[in-house]
Amino acid sequence: MDVSAEAKRIMAVSISKLYASRAQRGGMRLHRSLLLSVIMRSARDLYHSACLAKEREELGTAHLVPVTPEEDAMDTTANGEQVEVEVSQVEPEPESPLTPPIQEPMSSDSGAAQGACKTRTFSGKETVEDKENRSPVSPDRHSRKRRGKASVAPDFLPSKRARLSLELGEERVLRTGRRNCCRAGDAFTTLSLNSNRAIAAF
Amino acid sequence: MAGAGGGGNDVQWCFSQVKGAIDDDVAEADIISTVEFNHSGELLATGDKGGRVVIFQQELESKNQPQCRGEYNVYSTFQSHEPEFDYLKSLEIEEKINKIRWLPQKNAAQFLLSTNDKTIKLWKISERDKRPEGYNLKEEDGRYRDPTTVTTLRVPVFQPMDLMVEASPRRVFANAHTYHINSISVNSDCETYLSADDLRINLWNLEITDRSFNIVDIKPANMEELTEVITAAEFHPNQCNTFVYSSSKGTIRLCDMRASALCDQHSKLFEEPEDPSNRSFFSEIISSISDVKFSHSGRYMMTRDYLSVKIWDLNMESRPVETYQVHEYLRSKLCSLYENDCIFDKFECCWNGNDSVVMTGSYNNFFRMFDRGYRQDVTLEASRESSKPRSVLKPRKVCTGGKRKKDEISVDSLDFNKKILHTAWHPQDNIIAVATTNNLYIFQDKL
Repeated sequence: MDVSAEAKRIMAVSISKLYASRAQRGGMRLHRSLLLSVIMRSARDLYHSACLAKEREELGTAHLVPVTPEEDAMDTTANGEQVEVEVSQVEPEPESPLTPPIQEPMSSDSGAAQGACKTRTFSGKETVEDKENRSPVSPDRHSRKRRGKASVAPDFLPSKRARLSLELGEERVLRTGRRNCCRAGDAFTTLSLNSNRAIAAF
Repeated sequence: MAGAGGGGNDVQWCFSQVKGAIDDDVAEADIISTVEFNHSGELLATGDKGGRVVIFQQELESKNQPQCRGEYNVYSTFQSHEPEFDYLKSLEIEEKINKIRWLPQKNAAQFLLSTNDKTIKLWKISERDKRPEGYNLKEEDGRYRDPTTVTTLRVPVFQPMDLMVEASPRRVFANAHTYHINSISVNSDCETYLSADDLRINLWNLEITDRSFNIVDIKPANMEELTEVITAAEFHPNQCNTFVYSSSKGTIRLCDMRASALCDQHSKLFEEPEDPSNRSFFSEIISSISDVKFSHSGRYMMTRDYLSVKIWDLNMESRPVETYQVHEYLRSKLCSLYENDCIFDKFECCWNGNDSVVMTGSYNNFFRMFDRGYRQDVTLEASRESSKPRSVLKPRKVCTGGKRKKDEISVDSLDFNKKILHTAWHPQDNIIAVATTNNLYIFQDKL
C-alpha cells in the first residue's frame, strides 16, 4: 500500500535524522528534534491508519473508504489527510466483519480491547493508564503547555512505568499502553516511540 | 526618496559589490550566519560559522562620482567566539555566530553584541589614528633606554598614524542558557537586552554579566509534554516594556514586562487559524516561525515561516493584515524538502527604512521583495553572473507549471543548496546586503 509504504519511509527517514543529529556539532537541537518527532508521530499514525484500513479491506468490511494510493501521499495533498481521518472514524470491530457500517466518531478514549490491528486517531489522551507511575504535572502550569502528541515515554530510557499488555495477548504494548500497535509495524513503532527520547533527553 | 520603493516599478536594483571567496569549494567556517547594518548604516557586520565577525564600513561618497554611494570596505575583523567544550554534558559548543546586534552609538566607539549558542559578548570597536611619540625613557620601538643616556627632557606628543581599528571584548554574558540561543535584542532603553533560547528568555543589563533575569520560561514540568519552542524574540523599537517572541507552532506572543516579573502570561497572542485546504502532513513544521521583526514604526511586526511572510498589526491578534507567498511552488515538494533537510532552513526577513517594502530570501540564491504599498513583488538573484558593477538586476521568475517561458526557471531546476537565509536593509537608503552561502552581495538602487 503506497500510503503505508510512504509513511514507513518517512518514519525511517525521521529516525535516521534523529540519530544523525546526535552526532552533530553543538549537540542535539531541541527545535529540530521536536519537529522531527512531530513528523515521525504523524507518519506513525498514518501508517497505523493505513494498516487498519488494509486489515479492514482484508476482512471485507464494505463500509471502509479505500485508501487511495497516491504518488506523493505525504506531500501535502489534503486527500491523504482526509483519508486517514475517515479511516479512523470507523469503530474497529474486527470480530464481526459483517457488521453494518458504523459511522460514529472514533472514541479514542474507549478502553475496549480491540483486534489484531488497533489504532486510534492520535488524541494524546491517556486511556489505559498506570496512574501510580504517572508523571507529575504541575497544576499551576500554564494551560498552553498542553500534552504533546506523543507524551509516551521513550522505550529504552529507564522508567518506572509498567509495561502493559493487551488481554488478547496479540500485541506487545509499548510504554504506557496508550496506544497499541500494528503487528506489521511493530518494529517501526518501537523505533518511532524513541522520538520522545530526543525530547526527554534535554 | 530614501527607503522608498523596492518592488515597485520605480526602483531598479544594481549590483554594487560582492565579498568573500570566489571558488566554489566553500569552507564551512566561511559560511555567513548573520548580517546586520548598524543604526546609521555606515557599518555592516557579518558573522560566520567559524566564529568570526567582519565589519565593513561605507566609504564617504566620492566627490568624483556623486551618483554613486560609497562602497563598503573591510573595517575590522576579529574572532568573536571560539569552539568550547561542555565537559559536563560532553557536548561541543559551536562557535558559529547566531546573531549580531548593534548598540546605538553614544560616543566615538561602536558597540555590538554577538552571540553563539551559549555565550553573548559585547564588543567595543574603536579607532586609533594617533599615537604618542617622543617618550623620554623609551625608544620608538618600545625598548627602554638606558637612563644614563638621557640628557634632555621632552614632552611626548601625539602623531598621526595609520588608522587602526581595535575590537575588544568588554563584557561576556555566559552560563545563562541551557538551550541554544536563537535571538538577542537590544532594548530601546539602551541599558538592557534580551537573549532567547528554545525555552527561555533572559533579560540582561549591559553592564552586569554575572546575573540575568528570566522573563519567559515555557519549559514544561515534564519534557515529554513539550509541544513548542521559542524560535525568535525581539524588543519593541520604542516601547521599552514590550517584546514579542515567536514559536515553532506559528504563534507570536507579545509580553509587557510591567505586568509581571515573569512574562509567561502573554498580553497578546497572534495566531492565524489554519487554512483547512492547506492542511497536510507537514503543515505543522512549515508553520514554525523562523524570524520576527518589528517595523521601524513599531506599529507592525513581520513573521517568516517556511513558505510565507506575514505582516501583523499589533492591534489585531486574529490574523495578519498582509500575507506574501515567498515560494508557494514548494508546497507540493515538502516531502523532498524534508528528506534533504531544507524544510528546516530558517529564513530571516527585514524591513526597509520606511517600512514600505519587506525582503526575504529563498533558494537558488533568489531573494524576494514585497512592496506593501504598490502590492508588487519581485524576485532577484544574487549570482556571480550578474556581478558586473552597476549592472541592473533582472527580475527572475520560477515556472510553476505548464510551458516554461524563456528566462524562466523550473522548480525542479532550482538549486536547494544555494539558499539566502540572511538579508539586511540599510536603515535609510536603498542599499541591501544579501548573504549567499559564503558571499555577501551588496546591491543598491540605481541612482
